[in-house]
Amino acid sequence: MKKVSIIGAGPAGIEAASVLAKQGVQVMLFEKSETPLKNIQDKAFLFPNFQAAQEIADDLSGKLLADGITSAFGVDITDLKWQGTEWKLIDSKGQTYVSDAVLIATGYQVFDAHRKEELGYGIYKGVITSLDMEQMIKHGKIVNANGDQPKRVTFLQCVGSRDEKSGNNYCSKLCCVTAVKQAIEVVKQVPGCEASVFYMDLRMWGQGFEEMYRMAQEKYGVSFVRGRISEAAATFDGRVQLKSEDTLMGLPLKMTTDLLVLMVGMEASCGTKALGKVCDISGEYGFLRTVTPHLYDNETGRPGLFAAGTCKRPMTIWDSVNDARSAALAIKDYLDTIRIEN
Amino acid sequence: MANRFWNEYQKAIADDHFFYERSCIRQTFFPGSETAFLRMLREELNKDIFDDFRQHTCTGIGYHTDVVPLETTMTVVARLFSLMTEHGYENYVPSCVTSFGVFTEMVHMWQEHPELLEKTRENLYKACKREFNIPKNIAHPSDVIYHFRNELAAKMKYRLVNRFTGKPLKVVEHIGCHYAKIFPDKGVGKAEFPYVLAGMIEAWGGEVVDYPERRHCCGFGFRQYLVQENRGYSVSNTKKKLESMEPYEPDFIVSNCPGCSMFLDRWQYTIAELEHKTYDREGYGIPVLTYEEMAGLLLGYDPWELGLQIHQVQAERLLDKIGIPYNPKDKYKSADGKILRAPEKPENLLV
Repeated sequence: MKKVSIIGAGPAGIEAASVLAKQGVQVMLFEKSETPLKNIQDKAFLFPNFQAAQEIADDLSGKLLADGITSAFGVDITDLKWQGTEWKLIDSKGQTYVSDAVLIATGYQVFDAHRKEELGYGIYKGVITSLDMEQMIKHGKIVNANGDQPKRVTFLQCVGSRDEKSGNNYCSKLCCVTAVKQAIEVVKQVPGCEASVFYMDLRMWGQGFEEMYRMAQEKYGVSFVRGRISEAAATFDGRVQLKSEDTLMGLPLKMTTDLLVLMVGMEASCGTKALGKVCDISGEYGFLRTVTPHLYDNETGRPGLFAAGTCKRPMTIWDSVNDARSAALAIKDYLDTIRIEN
Repeated sequence: MANRFWNEYQKAIADDHFFYERSCIRQTFFPGSETAFLRMLREELNKDIFDDFRQHTCTGIGYHTDVVPLETTMTVVARLFSLMTEHGYENYVPSCVTSFGVFTEMVHMWQEHPELLEKTRENLYKACKREFNIPKNIAHPSDVIYHFRNELAAKMKYRLVNRFTGKPLKVVEHIGCHYAKIFPDKGVGKAEFPYVLAGMIEAWGGEVVDYPERRHCCGFGFRQYLVQENRGYSVSNTKKKLESMEPYEPDFIVSNCPGCSMFLDRWQYTIAELEHKTYDREGYGIPVLTYEEMAGLLLGYDPWELGLQIHQVQAERLLDKIGIPYNPKDKYKSADGKILRAPEKPENLLV
């Protein structure tokens, strides 16, 4: 029986494992964390249908129980070597594993908002990230720096995305709609709270996104301001003072808010960057490079080495899952080819 | 404030053998500061620092107001470097923040465009038959004091502590734009949360006030003041800062820029005259010190030798809080011992 190693137990890794196992392939799934699906577990509800993230996580976790999948949590694969006919995987403790093909699905990490010092994350309690807000929404406890219900919450798009200063010129793709979703949740959970979103331009590209954007304005009174926030500072009473420019009005703007939510973008995870280097498939910004985005987007150009999900670029969960299915098919094709050759 | 991440941004600061360049305006605004800096380095820290009487302007204000062409500024800067080179020094310490910015910028341009460096060498040689080396290290004096803040702390007689309450003094720090906003990596702590003055304040027992308009312009802003019609902008910027810091009740303001110290101090008088408003509870205003004055006071230097009587907002109440002795009779005594006529008192700002 042919063996495939999958590195990363996120949506892409699990979905690919599930599809391959159903095809009779023996799958070894490695995850450096002690639990799978950490990036989904951090979320409350998912756009555009406000489905609980936990439901998706439970569905995906259930797939790990299928025959043919062996999961290894707490195992950090740090090196990959092509041996001529198979891949040797080496973990951080020096243990080795062998397989006929490897799928890298090491995913993303969120941008570290500390790097945008001018926005005060880690300095002022009233400045949080979209991930922090997701936790607040999840636990039904949206509070300001003093522990009180906020009267005004302000979201800032493109923190660590489309930003030359932080070295990330690309769009993270999901933050626009995530801010709309979170602003709606804030108004739902804290009636009377004002929510504003500062944006460069809103990219409502997905099915249902535009409708959500309209609903946020019409039903929940969320206001959208075109402008970047240049600086945040704490006020004497623990709120956050913002300076910006309303570029539609052409006027400078100063306002005070209870919470400033930084919509942090997606970056290649440390694991993605490291494996990209050792396999010589590093692309732009540390994401993995594939042969071509049009027809061979799971193939890396190296025999038996494939990539799926957000290790390649920012993606939604459904994009990652579909990409993983496509990767599984490509791997199956590859395994069939080497069977014939052998 | 201590241990926050921005104090991790450090820059290279030489340990000894400095060539000092004085400022055009600081000796008028803060007449004791430069002398105090030299004294601290020589007497307290036992360092070698050279003060050449042939030095001159860096053209900074003219350069930033577009009345001096770039080529001229480069040649003038080159002449100053030639004095340093002639005396065998490699570590350049310009007193003024704008000079620091100008030198850093010229060196950067020379590095990026070697043809400009060659042209400058040619111009300097044609003009005065001089040659120069680019300094190995350019540090502002506030960098140097920051670098030796712990050594100085060990010699200080006083700390930034209110002797009546035992609590740290609340200090507003303000960094000149040309210190780190042109080249963030040339400033300790970089541009968003510069640590150069904050590090001194913390090392000497005080507490830094982090107020909303901390990064806002001091009010000088070159064209806001230098173009007479714009001076309303200058006052209003200073007012915005003072209003923002007022609720925190700072004990004093410290700055590393001549313009910032000047305008944060003098405009308090103007605002008091215009609006009958002062930014402390009792109506005396918030004292504004240079970092050399702050260090000198804590080292036990005489407040009047440091030149505190030249400031608009008078410092006696601050001296009382720290416990620094002073003789009121000596306040307006000249260097040769004559008692000079005291200045007129303003109507609205108490002294």
